[in-house]
Amino acid sequence: MLTYVANRALQFALALIVASVVVFALMSVLPGNAAQVALGTNATPEAVAALEAQYGLDQPPATRYLGWVTGMLGGDFGTSYVTGAAITPVIVGSVQVTGILVVAAIALAIVIAVPLGTFAALEQRNWIGVTISALSQIGIAVPNFLAAVILVIVFSLTLGWFPSQGWMAPIEGFGGFLARLVLPVVSLALVQAAILTRYVRSAVLDVMREDYIRTARAKGLTRTRALFAHGLRNAAIPVITVAGVQLATLLVGAVIIEQIFVIPGIGSELVRAVANRDLLAVQGIVMVLVLLVLIINLIVDILVPVVDPRIRNAA
Amino acid sequence: MNENPSPTSAGETNPRDAVRADGMPAAGTTRTPATGRRGGGLRANASMIIGAILVLLIVLLALVSFVWTPYDPSAVDPVARLQSSSLEHPLGTDKFGRDTLTWVMYGARITLMVGLVAVGIALLIGTPIGIIAAVVAQYPWGVWLGAVIMRANDILLAFPALLLAIIFAAVYQPGTGPAMVAVGIAAIPGFARVARSGTMQVLGSEYVRAAKASNRSAPAIAVVHVLPNIAGMVIVQASVAFAISVLAEAGLSFLGLGTQAPVPSWGRMLQESQQFLSTHPELALWPGLFIALAVLGFNLLGDGLRDRFDPKMEVRRG
Repeated sequence: MLTYVANRALQFALALIVASVVVFALMSVLPGNAAQVALGTNATPEAVAALEAQYGLDQPPATRYLGWVTGMLGGDFGTSYVTGAAITPVIVGSVQVTGILVVAAIALAIVIAVPLGTFAALEQRNWIGVTISALSQIGIAVPNFLAAVILVIVFSLTLGWFPSQGWMAPIEGFGGFLARLVLPVVSLALVQAAILTRYVRSAVLDVMREDYIRTARAKGLTRTRALFAHGLRNAAIPVITVAGVQLATLLVGAVIIEQIFVIPGIGSELVRAVANRDLLAVQGIVMVLVLLVLIINLIVDILVPVVDPRIRNAA
Repeated sequence: MNENPSPTSAGETNPRDAVRADGMPAAGTTRTPATGRRGGGLRANASMIIGAILVLLIVLLALVSFVWTPYDPSAVDPVARLQSSSLEHPLGTDKFGRDTLTWVMYGARITLMVGLVAVGIALLIGTPIGIIAAVVAQYPWGVWLGAVIMRANDILLAFPALLLAIIFAAVYQPGTGPAMVAVGIAAIPGFARVARSGTMQVLGSEYVRAAKASNRSAPAIAVVHVLPNIAGMVIVQASVAFAISVLAEAGLSFLGLGTQAPVPSWGRMLQESQQFLSTHPELALWPGLFIALAVLGFNLLGDGLRDRFDPKMEVRRG
C-alpha cells in the first residue's frame, strides 16, 4: 500500500512538472511579446523595452520559467502585465468561490443519484426503473447551461423565488449567499446526477449478481437487506471514481455557469484574463486548475484501495 | 474518456480507467443499463435506432442547408424582429429579425464539422498510440515505452477539453479552428486507452499466438489481427466523443471562445438569447433543444453500438 501511494505521488509530481513546462511553452510561443500586448500597438520600442526589463521578459526562457515556478512554489503568481496588480489574491479568492459551487453541486448530485440509481437497479424490470434510466439518459444530454437557462426562466423570472444572478460571500449574509447559490448549484448538479445515477445503477446491478449476495439471500436476507449489508461498499468503488472525475471536470466546466450567473469564480477570471490577453494570469490560473485536477485524481487513486481491500492487497 | 479494465482489477490498471475525463462512461466500461442483460437486446436496439434517427435528423438539417433554407441567414428584417412561431417563421425570429429555423439549420453544419474534425484528430492519433503502447509492452525492451506512453496520456487527461480550448483561444485567436483542434487533442487519451485495452485482449488470443509462432512481425499482427478486432470499440468511443465535442463546441461558442460571428452556431444563438430570457424564452429553448437532441443522439447511438461490439456485452448476453 505504501509503495502504491509513493508511486502515485511520484506520478503526480511528474505530471505537475510536465504540465507546467507545457503551459509555459504554449504561452511563450505567442506571436508578439507580452509587453507589446500590454502596451498596445502604438507603444514606442523604448517603452516596450522598459516594460520588458521591468518584468524580466528580456531574460532567456529557461530563466523566466524557473522564476515563474519558484514564485508559484512560494505562493506568488506574479504581477499582471496588463493591470499591474498581484495575481495571487485574485486566484485565491476565485478558487474559493468555485470550490463552494462545485463541491455543493457534486454533493447534491450524490444525494440525488445514489438512492435513484439503487432504486432503478432494484426495480430494473418495472416501469419505475425504466423511467429512471430513460430520464437519466435525457439528463446527460442536457448541457448544464441549458439547464441553467430553463431554471432561470422558471424559478427566477417567472416565480421570482431566487435571484437570476450575482454572488454573495457567506460572511456578507448567509441567507443571501444561499439564495444565490441554489440555481447555479442545481444547474451543475442535475447533469452530474444523471451521469452518476447510471453508474450507481450499473454498479448495484453488478454487485447484485455476485456470489456473496446470493449467499446472503440464501441465508434469508431480503434483496434490499443483502444489498445494504454486503453490497453497497462494493458498489461504492466505481461511484467514488466517477464522482472524483466529475469534481475535477466541473472545476473548469463550471465556467459557463459562472458566466451565466455572474459569479466571480476561477473560470470567470480565466475567461476575463484570456479576453484581456493577460498571459501571466492565464498561465497561473491554468496551473492552479491543473494542480487541483491532479490532486483530486491522486485522492481518488488513494481512496479506492482504502475502500476495497482487494485492490489494497494487489497494490 | 474511459477504458475497459474494471476498477477492481487494480494491479497495474488505473482505477480511473473506468471513466472518461468528463465523467462519461468509458466505452466498454459502462455496463450500460439493461443492454445485453437478460432480455436487454430489444432495448439496445431501441437505443441504436433512436440514436441513429436523431443523428440523421441533424445530418439532414446540415445537408439541406447547403441547398435550401427558408431565408438567408444574414437577412435582417427589423419589422419582423423577435417574432414567435408563425407560418412564415416556423421557429420565430431573433432580435435582428433573422429566421431561427434558418439559423438552426446552419448551426447543424458547425456542430457536425467540429465533431468530425475533433473526433478525426482524436481517433487518428489516439488509436495508433494505444495499439503501439499495448504491442511494445509485449517485448522486454518495450515495457518502459508502453508505460511512458500511457503516463503521458494520463498527463493529457489533466487538461479537460474546455480548459485546453480556452488555452488555445488565449494563444491563438478564438475561433472554430482552434476549438476543434483543442477538443480533438483532449479526446486523444480516451481513444488511446480504449485501443490499448482492446489490443491487450486481442494479443492474448490464440490466433495472435499462432500468428506470432508463424513469425509474423508485430506491425503485421497489429494491422491484420488487432485493427479489425478493436474497430467496433473505437467506433463506440467515436460516437461518445462526438457527443462530447458537440457539448464542448456549444459551451465554447456560448463563452464567445468558439465559433465567431457572423457564422451561425447553436452555442452563440443560446448566448445571444440571454438578454431576452424574460420576454422571449423560446429564443434560448430552440438552440438548446437541438444541442440536447444531438448529444442524446450520439450518446444513444454509442450505447446501441456498444451492445453490438463490446465483447463483454456478448458474454453477458449469452
